Order: sequence, then C-alpha cells, then structure tokens
Amino acid sequence: MKELLDRLVEGSSLLQAVPRGLVYTTGILLACSGVLLLVSLFAGEIVWMERRISGRMQARIGPNRVGPQGLLQFLADGVKLLAKEDVIPSSADRGVFVIAPYIVFAGVFAAFAAVPLGAGLVPADLPFGLFYVLAITSVEVVGVIMAGWASNSKWSILGTMREVAQVISYEMPLAISALTVAVLAGTLNLTDIVAQQSGWVWNWWVFRSPATFVGFFLFFTAALAALKRAPFDLPEAESELVAGFHTEYTGFRFAIFFLAEYAGMFLFALLTAILFCGGWHLGVPVDLTSGLARAAGFLVLFLKACAFLFVMIWVRWSLPRYRVDKVMYLCYKVLLPWSVVALVVAALQVLLTGGR
Amino acid sequence: MTPSLASLIPDLTPVLPGLVFWVLAGLSVVSAVAAAMAPKIVHAAFGLMAAFFGVAGLYALLGADFLSLTQVVVYVGGILVLLVFGVLLTGRAKAQLGLEKPVRVGGAVAAGTALLLGLLLAIGKSDLSRSPWLSDLPEPQGTTHAIGRALLDPEQYLLPFELVSVFLLAALVGAAYLVRRRRDAS
Repeated sequence: MKELLDRLVEGSSLLQAVPRGLVYTTGILLACSGVLLLVSLFAGEIVWMERRISGRMQARIGPNRVGPQGLLQFLADGVKLLAKEDVIPSSADRGVFVIAPYIVFAGVFAAFAAVPLGAGLVPADLPFGLFYVLAITSVEVVGVIMAGWASNSKWSILGTMREVAQVISYEMPLAISALTVAVLAGTLNLTDIVAQQSGWVWNWWVFRSPATFVGFFLFFTAALAALKRAPFDLPEAESELVAGFHTEYTGFRFAIFFLAEYAGMFLFALLTAILFCGGWHLGVPVDLTSGLARAAGFLVLFLKACAFLFVMIWVRWSLPRYRVDKVMYLCYKVLLPWSVVALVVAALQVLLTGGR
Repeated sequence: MTPSLASLIPDLTPVLPGLVFWVLAGLSVVSAVAAAMAPKIVHAAFGLMAAFFGVAGLYALLGADFLSLTQVVVYVGGILVLLVFGVLLTGRAKAQLGLEKPVRVGGAVAAGTALLLGLLLAIGKSDLSRSPWLSDLPEPQGTTHAIGRALLDPEQYLLPFELVSVFLLAALVGAAYLVRRRRDAS
C-alpha cells in the first residue's frame, strides 16, 4: 500500500506538495472504504446467489424480477429493511442491544483489511496477515454474546450459548489446519503465501503436501462450522430457535447481522482460495505483473471464491442439520486430532526436506 | 498556484502517532473505569473488552504486533468469552452487583493504592528521556519470527515454554476430570 501511494505521489506535482502523512492516511481510508463497499455489495449478491441456487435445488425459480435475473434484489431488500420499524424490546438492555450489531459487523469487516484481493491489492499487507485475520474474526463472538444477552429472550440466549460453544471450539481446528500451510510456506503473510503458488496447478498448496491436502478439507469444514452454515446451523436453527441470537432484531440492525454473515462467508471463501488454491494464480504459468494481468488475477480470485461460496450454498441446501452433541463430537474428536496430525506431518516435512 | 494551496494543509505527520496514542489510551482508561464502576456484571465484562482492545492497539502502536494480536485472540476471543458465558449461565437477575462489605472495600482500596504507588515509583525511577519518541521508531518489521525463534531456542526460553505447556496440559486434564460424567452419581 505504501509503495503504491509513494508511486502515486511521485507521479503528481499536486500530491507532492501535500504532507506525506496526510496522503497515507487518506489513501488508507479510501482503500478501506473501497473494500468495505465492495464487500458489502458483494455480500448482497451472495444472498441473491443463495436464493437463486436454493430455488434451483427446490425446483422453483427464486427472485428474478429486480434487475437482470434478479441481480438487484438485495437493494430492494435493503430498502425494505431500512423502511421497517426498528423495534427494541422493552425488557432489552438498550445500550448493549444497540451496539451489538456493529461489533459483529466490525469483527468481520476488519479482517478484510489484511486480505489481498490481487497482487498488491491489499489495504494493509501485514507480515502476520493470516494470524491477524484469524484473531480479529474472534471478536465477532463477543458481538453475538452482546446481542443474545441484551435481547433478554429465551430463544436468543439458547442460540447464543450454542453459537459461542460452537464457534470457539471450531476456531481451533480452523487455525491449526491453516497453520499447515503457514508452516510449509514459512510465512504468515498472505501475499507471500499466494506468490509461492505461481506456475502450474500442482504448485497450489492443496496439492503440494499430504498435510495441506488434508488441511484443505479440514479448513473448509471448520470454516462452515465457524460460519454457522448448515449442516452446522444449530445456533440459528429456524425450526427450533426462531432465529437464534438475532431473534429480537428488526429492520436495519437485522440487516447488519445478515450482511456480516454473508461477508463472513465471502471472507472464508477468499481465505480458502488464497491459502490452498493459488489465490489469483490461474494454475498455468502466465506473467501476472502487468496492470491488465493484475485485474485478471483479481477476477480469478473472485471466481475461485465464488466456487467455494457455491459449495457452501450447495451443502446447506442438501444436508440435514447435525445434532448438537454430534457437532461437538465432530470438532473435538475428528477435526481437532486430524488437524494436529496434519500439522505434525507438515512440520516433519519441513524438517526432512528443509522447507519446500 | 497549486503548491501554495496544498501548503495550507497543516502537516500532521509527526503528530499522528501521538494522536492515535491518546485515542487508544483514552479508550483503555475510560472503558477500564466503566468496567470497574458498572452496576451490572455483564456491562463490566463488555467494558473490559473495550479496555483489552485499547491495550492491544497500544501494543500495535509500539510495534509489538504479535503481542497485540495475541491480546485480542486470548483475552477478547477466549477469556472474556468464557467469562461472559459463565455469567450468562448464572442468570440475569442475580448478576446485579451491590457494594461489598466494608472490610473488602478497604482491602481493595489498599491494594489499589499500593499498586499505584509502586507504578509511580517505577515510572519516577526510569529514565524516560533515553527512550525514543514514537515517531522516531523504525517501521515495525514483524516480531513473530523473532518470538518463535526465542521460544524454541534451548539457550533462551525453551525450558520455560515447555514447563508452561506441561502446566497447561495438567490444568486441562484437571478440568476434564472435574467435569467428567460420574457413573455412580446418576
């Protein structure tokens, strides 16, 4: 980001007169707003994708009236939600109830600051990007607790308990399976991890080691559970808990929870593509340094993320919900041991082969 | 024409780290006070969360990136969540805090004063003029590698690290033992 801004400053006499700190601050704010806008809009489109695909799977059409093929449906829904009454239950804890959606939203969107969307297309290229993303998403849980507790409703509390137990449990296999890549790559920087996967498709981390191959499936499964997507959607189980922790939320506040949920899906789809499936590399050796190729790389990453999003939606509309104790069993007795095994194998591989 | 217009913009570059520091310090102090004064225990926990965040931000500002993220993932994502989880299970009505017995209040005041005095003494003794200003610090390079090497280096922190690991494992086994399903009790 800093190099990009430096180059921008050198190219313009107007910017050279402006203090450098102001250029950096404004540039970073603009980049973050751009990412925020992109992710919010795309989260809306994921909702549309989900509704169309689920329609297909249930032999109906789904929303196709607003815009071409119903693409603008989420705007109509957004306006509808904005126009609805913002109900705050009389027995709710007002302050906490009002803040909670923003904490959940911030927890998800802060992670995007360090996720590269293309070569050099990242607001903050942190040397510990992977750790940052996994750390900052854990803030979301606190927002969920706030929402569930402040609602003062049985459904909300039950949903919150399930969600917290599930999400903090699945954070462990999620982080450990992501570590398999970090150990083999020798870095936590997401841009570097992608750079190591250039060239042919077998250079992608998922195909480069048995540890990362297993890690890929563990990561994706744990991500599904951390996102509370079916078959792990117990915290929101519509048929038992109405809507879980956001039962009492209406209007715009509900829309924020919804947006954060779908942005979370996008985040983990991107992370899966970046860590295991080559990021913005196509899988054939092509030069990605020119401006046009960078834009194409962005598109490639986007399509990969869309493929993972499709799998998430596909799984949700084909599999029945797990029982609550089975969800915990799967985490602690299946995913966690296997991810530790994968991590040990990855570490052994580094020891024996000296890195690559 | 244009340079004169642009030069009217004040150069805030050297002030920015200080500004960020005061915002983060303010956040930590205000939310820590809120955590101590909140009548409801859950509110206190949420105040504590904001305080943790402020401190994590301060660590990040000082270039201690690994420490800062560990603060978030361990304190906010782990300890605080478990704390609130416990409070949720105890129910809402009983979670109101009253004033403690005078003996306890006195003890707390004494302990707090002692801590404050100790800190003031330590600050007074340290030579602040020798530590560099924030804006003079080199750009942080990431501390994760260095910390990892130091922790696993037999000549540095390998033994304490392993001891802590065994200690935590023992605590885990103990916790599992305490909550195990008792066959005879049912």
